[in-house]
Amino acid sequence: MLVPLSWYIILSAVIFSIGVFGFLARRNLIIMFISIELMLNSVNISLAAFSHYLQVMRGQILVFFVITVAAAEAAIGLAILIAYYKNNPTIKVDEINLLKG
Amino acid sequence: MDFGAGFSLIDIRPLTPEITMICTGLILLLLDLVVKKKEAIAVLGIIGTIVAIFATYRLYAFNETRSIFLEMFALDGYANFFKIIFYINVILTICISFRYMKIEKASIGEYYALLMFATTGMMIMASAADLIVLYLGLELMALSTYILAGLMRKQRKSNEAALKYFFLGAFSSAFLLYGISLTFGLTGTTNIQDIAGLVSSLSIADNAIMHLAVVFLIVAFGFKIALVPFHMWAPDVYEGAPTSITAFMSVGPKAAGFAVLGRVLFEAFGDMQIMWSSILVPLSILTMAVGSIIALAQTNIKRMLAYSSVAHAGYILLGIIAGTTDGLISSVNYLMIYMFMNMGAFAIVIMLRSEGFQGEELEDYKGLAKTNPAAAALMLVFMFSLTGIPPTAGFIGKFYVIMEAINAGDMYLAITAVVFSVISAFFYLRVVMYMYMNDPKETVILTKSPSMTFALALTTVMVLVLGVFPSVLLNLVRSSIIS
Repeated sequence: MLVPLSWYIILSAVIFSIGVFGFLARRNLIIMFISIELMLNSVNISLAAFSHYLQVMRGQILVFFVITVAAAEAAIGLAILIAYYKNNPTIKVDEINLLKG
Repeated sequence: MDFGAGFSLIDIRPLTPEITMICTGLILLLLDLVVKKKEAIAVLGIIGTIVAIFATYRLYAFNETRSIFLEMFALDGYANFFKIIFYINVILTICISFRYMKIEKASIGEYYALLMFATTGMMIMASAADLIVLYLGLELMALSTYILAGLMRKQRKSNEAALKYFFLGAFSSAFLLYGISLTFGLTGTTNIQDIAGLVSSLSIADNAIMHLAVVFLIVAFGFKIALVPFHMWAPDVYEGAPTSITAFMSVGPKAAGFAVLGRVLFEAFGDMQIMWSSILVPLSILTMAVGSIIALAQTNIKRMLAYSSVAHAGYILLGIIAGTTDGLISSVNYLMIYMFMNMGAFAIVIMLRSEGFQGEELEDYKGLAKTNPAAAALMLVFMFSLTGIPPTAGFIGKFYVIMEAINAGDMYLAITAVVFSVISAFFYLRVVMYMYMNDPKETVILTKSPSMTFALALTTVMVLVLGVFPSVLLNLVRSSIIS
């Protein structure tokens, strides 16, 4: 049975929404980080689905770039997180409030 | 040389400026291992940038307006003009950070290499003729600036700035990708020029999903140019990051964001102008309002300048909302002027930072005119320019964007801009009042260096010259964009 395109797009939209919700509602930096990865991967699902149904390769090319950039982003993000944690051991967003006004 | 598939070495010639910048960055990284004097690395960075300027000039002089790599990379006047902004921006940043990074004990070679990489990312964004290239350029710029914001690893403020910048930046790039994916799904292409044709031939300009895609793209670019309500990161990051990087970030990524915003909205979604300008109008009003009003309550000058840069994004947006070529010209003109005045103001802020003295509070400016009359006079010029008082360049910038708003029939927008411009005079002129009308609290020792003098001289001269002879810059912008 062929899975229709709309299923993929709905799946992608649902996962993206879960990611947005997780980023905005959860107060733990690691969970927020995972939410961002969720959002990026939901985009990958829709790009791959569109690319397959339209028979245009550009979407799949972009998927590879997104995966690569997401890896670089994870490396930099975790490095920043560790640099922060060394000086200020907390990963709760509410306690990150040195800068405000 | 032939690489097969009709690709030859001559095809990468339009890419020479970017290649030069990347190679300079890599060489700086390697030299950092052996060279003890980091100033030498900085000078090499400036030399690399000058070579890139020369390469851009050569390409420009030969009038090579074309797209390469299967129409993915555009080389046109629009991109070239933005590249000039990025070059001057990086040179000024290096000039003002010589001594500063030493005082902050963060004088490491990676700093200059990352500046080069971030600038290359911006250049790729300005030249992007395809949404894939746009995304890659944006990420190269963003990832480099995340690190630069957190470069002072030992300081909690800098750590926190990098953390906030990273999380909100990554969040916004997910929105960009979702917008790209929806656009791709509807049109079947990622090429900006082809999207424009397909939007009209498939008549999807009124499609709700297409509107959603445009909204997502505006949200993503709005994060980069710090439009309200996507500006939450800006004050915190600007305050916590090293001041030289704050100066770099307040101009570079903002200009790059406007470059892609202008290109995507004007070229790809030109048919949907009514739709996207109706989104941008409230954003622009909010941006001017929040930026000007919250800045009134700030006591830290970096934070105040952060809100001021948010407000300026609102003014620059007026030209884009107008939706005409003249409007775009006025926005680009404003960006160039904004770079000079903002860089100048940050240069003074950096001069106040010395060993054991932060110099970031507004109170620190009390009586500066008595202790350091020259620095106070320059700060006066930059503050007047940021307010928009003639004969400084800031007036010219505001004048043209507001005029374009009136020409486009957005009278209420023009009036709003003028009102908030007046409100913003309060916090800019407060700095002037502190400097000239108060007695010094303590003697402020300025950190001077020849490169800082150069940066200040360049910015001051440009602010005054462009204020008196505005047509020089305006004609340059016009000839670049119309070509």
